[in-house]
Amino acid sequence: MSETYVSKEKLPGIVEQLMGTHRVFGPILKGQYHQFALLEESADLDLAFRNTRLSPKALFHPHSERMFEFTLEKGNPDAGILKEVPKDYRSRIVLGIRPCDAYAFKLDDRNFITDQFKDPWWVQRRESTTLVGLACNDPCSTCFCTSAGSGPFDTSSLDVLLVDLGEGYLLQAVTHKGEQLMGDLAGGESVPEHCTEQAAALKQSAEAQLGIQFNLDPVKQKSMVELFDAPFWEDVQFSCINCGTCTFLCPTCWCFDIQDEVYQSRGERIRIWDSCMFPLFTLHGAGHNPRDQKLKRVRQRFMHKLKYYPDKYADGIACVGCGRCVQHCPVNIDIRQVARLMAESCVCPV
Amino acid sequence: MRAYTEKIREAAKRLLSEDRVDVVIGFRKGTVALMNEPFLVKSLDQVDRLYWDGNCGINLANYLPKRPDRVAIVAKGCDSRNIVVHLLENQIKREQLYILGAPCHGMIDRRRILAALDGKEPLQVEEANGTIKLIGRDFEETLERSSCLQDNCAICIHRNPVVYDELLGDLVAEQENVDRYSDVRRVEAMSSEQRWQYFDDLIAPCIRCYACRNACPLCYCPTCFVDESRPQWVGKSIDRTDTRTFHFLRAYHVAGRCTDCGACERACPVGIKVRRFTKKLEKDIKELYGYEVGLSTDERPPLDTYRPGDPEPFFK
Repeated sequence: MSETYVSKEKLPGIVEQLMGTHRVFGPILKGQYHQFALLEESADLDLAFRNTRLSPKALFHPHSERMFEFTLEKGNPDAGILKEVPKDYRSRIVLGIRPCDAYAFKLDDRNFITDQFKDPWWVQRRESTTLVGLACNDPCSTCFCTSAGSGPFDTSSLDVLLVDLGEGYLLQAVTHKGEQLMGDLAGGESVPEHCTEQAAALKQSAEAQLGIQFNLDPVKQKSMVELFDAPFWEDVQFSCINCGTCTFLCPTCWCFDIQDEVYQSRGERIRIWDSCMFPLFTLHGAGHNPRDQKLKRVRQRFMHKLKYYPDKYADGIACVGCGRCVQHCPVNIDIRQVARLMAESCVCPV
Repeated sequence: MRAYTEKIREAAKRLLSEDRVDVVIGFRKGTVALMNEPFLVKSLDQVDRLYWDGNCGINLANYLPKRPDRVAIVAKGCDSRNIVVHLLENQIKREQLYILGAPCHGMIDRRRILAALDGKEPLQVEEANGTIKLIGRDFEETLERSSCLQDNCAICIHRNPVVYDELLGDLVAEQENVDRYSDVRRVEAMSSEQRWQYFDDLIAPCIRCYACRNACPLCYCPTCFVDESRPQWVGKSIDRTDTRTFHFLRAYHVAGRCTDCGACERACPVGIKVRRFTKKLEKDIKELYGYEVGLSTDERPPLDTYRPGDPEPFFK
């Protein structure tokens, strides 16, 4: 796959070119933190960010989304018929996404694209999007992608990888889509000598900085029931306040609720993020709640990510190691500690 | 405040071994800088994990409602005031509690420090002599502790616990001549349109995760109004009307009960200054009824009692 080099002063020009042909989303500093949003001007793009507070999952799976609209008007022949709300599927680029967050989409695909069911909105957004990732030269202390099947330079879910080499960026095409995007770009330079080696060295040092923070192999061997009944959940759950911070910030928490909102004779069917931390999440219509205690909800979240999902799909855990939940949990519940508890029944780092 | 750590451990050991309490609620050292985790100690072998420093801002009174056992709990000024509210509202009985009072110097605002460091990440933190030393991979910075406090701590006038069974250290001097309501007055001075815009902007980043509500010791309703599903009162989306409804109603529900402990702001993952709502109500309650919440178990909160002479200027 091809490589090209863009010096930092030429980046705005390149971004503008892309904005001419695509809708370009990138990290923008809004208020106190960065978030992925549509670029209005190339200058809004801020690639000097650690990571965004919220994961970019909302670009594909928005917090609140109108799916259908309907009328309940008496005598209207369309009354009660759901009509799909039109959506914008023009081609777009997500620029500067971190490799772990892109890898998360691959995990989310398992939910939204199955043999049996394909979520049309997720599928079409995925298809119309080119992911241009930004390698992590300097991961946070809360990052653990290398322990979660991804890595700071993981290209497995990207179309193009950008590596910040100080004076400029090395662009590496990963997929055919990425190759095409790079082929269409004017202003790229041939790769200066040693840049590829420099990128490889940065990758190595970032990976070494992250290390391996837990080893979940023993969890694979343990029986689900044994883990489910493990005494340590009692300790893990105490501090949890059952808010939705971890799940809402998580790039791989895809759960949602669907509701109809009706005003007078018009209505909408909307899809809204939901969270396994909320008691209402599992409340049955008949009144029974199978996860009626905090412990059950806390256990569910970790078991889903670190046991049920790996057991079901045999393709790693349902966590990419972005560390958002570790950074922002108001009571400092740390999934890395829980992973160690599940694997070794102790919290000692490996 | 690190000195409290040994005192807490010593008290926990004593209370558990003398069978005075069944459990101890405190903090254990966090896994990331500037964070600690609320911790329940059930046995003597866990006692040495108890920990205390300036990162214990989470209000531990939140873990008390409906506990059936005998609990020792570490309580700062605000936690102790929330314990008083719990006692008044029958969430726990005084005889179940053994309160380890922690005179407080204010808790550290982690987000403020991270913002000041502009992307640099502290890995180790040392608090000493009114300063906070932050040590990262390739930097070291020292900040004045007083400039790093949570907003509510900076204007706190009840740093000493109001109710306790023993103290972990000497009582601290309370802050005097504190202007508690300068931000409220700024909002009060706005026109109603400006004010509407102000609050709309304030809650615009809300993702409806309810961290503010769940971190709040006052929010112990078995089913919160936003979680009622039969019928459902409030929409679940981030439509402005629904987000507003949540924040406005929650604020009114804690009127005359909120101790300004700051747990809501500390918990909010998107940095909403949730106290901008509750402070106004705190001010009103003070002005209308001369009542400050959580100072005495002998006086019921004004909004759950009725007196013929109650002021009613807000009835219009």
